[in-house]
Amino acid sequence: MEFVQNFPFICIILSLFSGPLSSILDRKKAKWVNITVITAIGAMNVAVLQFVIRTGEAYVYRMGHFSAPWGNEIRVGVLEAVMAVFFCVIMLLSMIGGSLERERELEPSKENLYYIMVNLLLSSLLALIYTNDLFTAYVFVEINTISACGLIMIKQNGRTIVGATRYMIMSLLGSGMLLLGICFLYGITGHLLMSNIQEIVRKIYSVGQYRMPLLVALGLMSVGLAIKSALYPFHGWLPDAYGYSTVSSAAILSSLVSKGYIFLLIKIFSRVIGFDIVRDSRVVNVLFVFGIVGMIMGSVDAIRESNVRRMIAYSSVAQIGYIYMGLGLGTTAGVIASLFHIISHAATKSLLFVAASGLTDASNDSTDFFDLTGAGYRNKLAGVAFTVGSLSMVGIPACAGFISKLLFAQASVEAVHKLLPALIALAVSTVLNAVYFMKTVIRIYTPEKKEVLAAKQFTPAHMSDQKAKSVAMICFIALNLLLGLKSEPIVELLQSGLQMFA
Amino acid sequence: MSRKKSEQEYEQTLSFRLRQWLDGTKDPFLDTVEMKPQRPYQETHESALQRKAEKERVIETVFDEEHNAELRIFKKIYRVFSVIFCISLVLVLLTGVSGLPPFGQASNPVNNEVPERYIESGLQETGAVNIVTGMILDYRAFDTLGESHVLFIATCTVLILLRIDKKKGRNSMESLQADDRSHEPKNDVILQTSARFLVPLIVIFGIYVILCGHLGPGGGFSGGAVIGAGLILYLNAFGFARTERFFTAKTYKWMSFGALACYALAKSYSFYTGANEIHSVIPLGTPGAILSSGLILLLNICVGIVVAGTMYTFYVMFRKGGY
Repeated sequence: MEFVQNFPFICIILSLFSGPLSSILDRKKAKWVNITVITAIGAMNVAVLQFVIRTGEAYVYRMGHFSAPWGNEIRVGVLEAVMAVFFCVIMLLSMIGGSLERERELEPSKENLYYIMVNLLLSSLLALIYTNDLFTAYVFVEINTISACGLIMIKQNGRTIVGATRYMIMSLLGSGMLLLGICFLYGITGHLLMSNIQEIVRKIYSVGQYRMPLLVALGLMSVGLAIKSALYPFHGWLPDAYGYSTVSSAAILSSLVSKGYIFLLIKIFSRVIGFDIVRDSRVVNVLFVFGIVGMIMGSVDAIRESNVRRMIAYSSVAQIGYIYMGLGLGTTAGVIASLFHIISHAATKSLLFVAASGLTDASNDSTDFFDLTGAGYRNKLAGVAFTVGSLSMVGIPACAGFISKLLFAQASVEAVHKLLPALIALAVSTVLNAVYFMKTVIRIYTPEKKEVLAAKQFTPAHMSDQKAKSVAMICFIALNLLLGLKSEPIVELLQSGLQMFA
Repeated sequence: MSRKKSEQEYEQTLSFRLRQWLDGTKDPFLDTVEMKPQRPYQETHESALQRKAEKERVIETVFDEEHNAELRIFKKIYRVFSVIFCISLVLVLLTGVSGLPPFGQASNPVNNEVPERYIESGLQETGAVNIVTGMILDYRAFDTLGESHVLFIATCTVLILLRIDKKKGRNSMESLQADDRSHEPKNDVILQTSARFLVPLIVIFGIYVILCGHLGPGGGFSGGAVIGAGLILYLNAFGFARTERFFTAKTYKWMSFGALACYALAKSYSFYTGANEIHSVIPLGTPGAILSSGLILLLNICVGIVVAGTMYTFYVMFRKGGY
């Protein structure tokens, strides 16, 4: 065994260890530990990615002295490594981009608690990505839920507490359903290890045994994870949680936490149950319908919203709808489109949150739509970043969002019965996206009247005042353009990763 | 007077003493106690006004049903839908359960090679007489590692929500309202006397449960909970002034860090050696001896420390927002 193969395990342990470590450090040191740990984990995952690409096959890493069904194990393939690298990059940039806000909005003595949350969140995301055991996944889903809740409410005002409470209730309902689903599955297969479950599921499916419990288990797990990742009718917690929490929390929550659950769902579909059985069970059709409704309704809600942060939050509902629509197509191409959209949406949405915070900084901290008039001139880089993010969300060529929409459209061609609704939803949703994002872009580039400017005394933000945020925004823009212009190798990686994933 | 006995005569009787004992006016150590009713809660004028304003705001602006048609419709639909949702969830679960294999049959799918090996060779492979401990702390130690961090992060979330920090000032409104130290020490003799007997017993029992987790029923989670309960009883009997001598925020931080770091390091060693097929130097010992079963004893102690700290911290945070 090569030393590189230990890296996924070291990553998980390192981020777990850095959580308690941050609790004894003061906030400055905790911040450095956090940044270092995320960077180190990102670098290690790059090495792992290179290794798996070179060997061309996934490998199993045994956690301890006992092999698979008795002990725990993690499984590493191209797809997992790609996801881990992207999650680290986006988390790092979100943390850098929101550092000023954290200093301003959090109680200084509680800032190191924030880093504990982020470190443990990272470890849970990594474990969700790499684990090959359903129960381990559940344990780390718990860590994920609690730390996300902490990230929301650490900026303490009424709205975040309400948002966190809602998030907690909905998310625990989702966790409960996931756990029940796992119990059902364990009851009929007798295994918790993903590959073993699939073996038994195929056996009992072919003889027609336990059809009902299998369907119920599949339904419970899908609905549970859909609730946790804010699929349309379950999105009530989302606007408050994303709209009022501190910037890095909003960016991390929207781009990573919900995506971790979707990744787990994809894993359950393809590795635990088997994608063909899922397709036969028609659960995907339900997800497809809710995804399409979400695409439209999320955008409609966003158009009606006058608070920019909440508008971006509602746009997440629409984008989650896209991902579930792709899954609901029930084809490999659909899953690849969804996976690409997980990445491209993560890169874009965190860019938008950071850029929006730059714009509100230059508008006396008001998040109201009309107060942002001319903010693009007061904070030039944030204006550019917001424009790039918006273009990417709408799906203009050369941006990340375009590629994912293209992939969705291509994927829907393969699914004959779903072609028409998928294409119509894509078109309508794109137009609606354009309505609210372009409206905002035009608003931030509309010069404000002189008398208003004089009355409000805005402080224009310069790059030198917010170096960290500028660096983060530039990196995010580059990432977006990279995903938009050089998408082919990434799509190929996802394709080869998905092949060795199941 | 229609009394059969005089006052002095009545005070000599057993029934009078029983009455006194029940009322708590007579104490064997303190002699006759004058019972004072507790001071009723008195609200200051400002806080009363604030409370009223908040209530009105909630009723008039947040839940303004007259002008907010969306809310009105939502409230109506909400009731219907929640009932429908619950009923359908119950139905789905019942249909699912009815299709499951019957409980306790030997031919069930869960009775496969996995529990077989746990039961048959668990003792030789882990050295733990208690198979459950062997399973959670050796076979599936990675899950338990995550689980102990769940406890840790839960405490951190409670700290975020409830800890009152010195920066705001000990005398700020919030901290004064939350701080109930002014009622201390309570010097409740019954509580203190029984605590003096019980707390050492409870803590020793908790330590026993932790240390013998690999030999019999018990382990870190249950033993830690017992110790935490003992600490909470001690705190209630003797007040914060006494507990602060040995348990402060700093103690908790270092305790949980030490325990979790120890767990992570010990387990990383065994994960690493296990995955790379390196021989682990940790001996399993003779099953049944206290120093046996490899790392399990150490891990149990770590988990126990984390759980005890978590229990105590939860209580302290919910009571007054600080150690």
